[in-house]
Amino acid sequence: MTETNTILADTHPMKSFLRTDRIPHIWCPGCGIGTTVNAFANAIKSCSIPLDKICVVSGIGCTGRVAGYVNLDSFHTTHGRAIPFATGLKLANPELEVFVISGDGDLFAIGGNHFIHAARRNININVICVNNFIYGMTGGQLAPTTPISAKTSTSPYGNSENPFNLPFLAESSGATFVARWTTYHVKQLTRAIIKALNKKGFSFIESISPCPTVYARKNRLGIGLDIMKFYKENSTVNNKANTREIGIDFQKEIVVGDFVDI
Amino acid sequence: MEKAKRVLSGDHFIQGDIACSEGAIAAGCNFFAGYPITPASEIAERMALRQPGLGGVFIQMEDEIASITAILGAAWAGAKSMTATSGPGISLMLENIGLGMITETPCVIVNVQRGSPSTGLPTLWGQSDMMQARWGSHGDYSVIALCPNSPQEMFNLTIEAFNLSEKYRMPVFILTDAIVGHMTEKVTIPKEEDIRVYPRRYTKLPPAEYLPYKPEADLVPQMIKAGDGYHIHTTGLTHDERGYPVMTADCHHDLIWRLINKVKNNQDDIIRLEERYMDDPEIVVVSYGISSRVVIPAVMRAREEGINVGSMRLITAWPFPEERIAELSERVKGFVVPEINCGQMVREVQRSCKCIKPVTLLSHPGGDIHSPDDVYQAIAAIAKS
Repeated sequence: MTETNTILADTHPMKSFLRTDRIPHIWCPGCGIGTTVNAFANAIKSCSIPLDKICVVSGIGCTGRVAGYVNLDSFHTTHGRAIPFATGLKLANPELEVFVISGDGDLFAIGGNHFIHAARRNININVICVNNFIYGMTGGQLAPTTPISAKTSTSPYGNSENPFNLPFLAESSGATFVARWTTYHVKQLTRAIIKALNKKGFSFIESISPCPTVYARKNRLGIGLDIMKFYKENSTVNNKANTREIGIDFQKEIVVGDFVDI
Repeated sequence: MEKAKRVLSGDHFIQGDIACSEGAIAAGCNFFAGYPITPASEIAERMALRQPGLGGVFIQMEDEIASITAILGAAWAGAKSMTATSGPGISLMLENIGLGMITETPCVIVNVQRGSPSTGLPTLWGQSDMMQARWGSHGDYSVIALCPNSPQEMFNLTIEAFNLSEKYRMPVFILTDAIVGHMTEKVTIPKEEDIRVYPRRYTKLPPAEYLPYKPEADLVPQMIKAGDGYHIHTTGLTHDERGYPVMTADCHHDLIWRLINKVKNNQDDIIRLEERYMDDPEIVVVSYGISSRVVIPAVMRAREEGINVGSMRLITAWPFPEERIAELSERVKGFVVPEINCGQMVREVQRSCKCIKPVTLLSHPGGDIHSPDDVYQAIAAIAKS
């Protein structure tokens, strides 16, 4: 490599958004959580809201660790309970811009009831779900988002339970902004987070993310790069999609877009 | 909505649950999250009626887990927050009570106890959650729990609970029961200027110098609120003074002992007892909450008959006054402990007196209460022994 095409930077471009004293982080190579955090950091960088007023609340799990790495008022709560904690924060001080960033198991299994009720109440918070279809931190168990037939450590013969279709669940529960992108769609994901920031009401963004260490390994899907290629080749952008029809089947088409914006 | 009067100074004839809400409001409570449950619903209903007019927040959450978690979030946004429930609700809240303890979040949790376990006796009273309050969430920590025995004390002690929660930066329990909660009696609400309110211990340090879990001399760290520019991190994981997770036995040792010792080292400031007829007593009746109200007639009758018996009422069940019991056990013949459970606080009395003196348990599992005669007979039996 010649010197001219080497990109050098003294500091990480997102340094001011990160707790650099906590790096290295715990996430695996190829994981999409870092990409989602990067999209989040880009989104808040481009908005006019002072960083002092932005809070991040996480539950438990790999994505639950996001709160520990962002240089904001950040709260790492209990499993499934990020949304009610965020509800308390937001209602007690409506000037705060409150984000919940957590995983699919945390938000939709143990925390599922809180999600639908926060959407029903139209609490003015933003929920970003990193959906990797599996419980990563505990070693690859079945999630409420695991596609039919996918293998996990607790569905070794293939999952036989219907997964949640998260955008449909969010829309039908009352969310005023609903989007789904994959971590291949970094720019669209960032723009969706900006839209959520500017939306007064309950906003939900699903970030479909590779989990090379457990989901991909158990289902022989290759490394993180192979999954990104899959997202590129199998994603269909359709902002007007009926959320009822965009459930995710194992290794089939993923419909992405900003589906609800009211 | 028209601005309502915050402190309703004057004499009232109101229910214990209502008095609890008014005490909270007088203490500055401006955030209540709860879920309906007998016999605590009236606390939520009063808050739903009162908070909007005061510029505060009332929210009925989807369950008790959400209620406790919402009041923790609200506290970190600067609110003085409370939730109220009964035994089944506390069972659901326990994990996040632990989160409140380890993140040192000031708030008040009211348990209007009913006959338990499980659904038990929804409309009838009990005192069987005393040990649950002490040990319910997993792990080691210390608790503060206050036990009102009248609607007036529901008012007074709810203010005390808020003050203790701010002073020691932790969730504080009100442990009452369905009788006190639903009893209607005279409650005198003082003038606003006569109510002592302990302010939150906000730091004066700039963000660059502030460490969210660095304790003061009394082992309590100073607090901030979200949005003030401190960019703090707080977690239920074992953490260092920065609030950052540290997965080592040493860090865990320092944190857990500090959580325990911040109550233990300050117990003289926290423990509240009401001692009556305690002039060198031969026998002591140890009671709390509603069952303390049947003790005094029994003690007076025994004293009229020449038995030197005194009454110790635990206003704070936790921390337990073990040193005072130990000191008394050197001099007395025995203790009588009436409680509406199968023997919970009696274990503390036995432990504190190191079993050197007889301790008589008077037990009702719930839905019933001792008569003064029951207590008198137990006193007389020790006196004769």
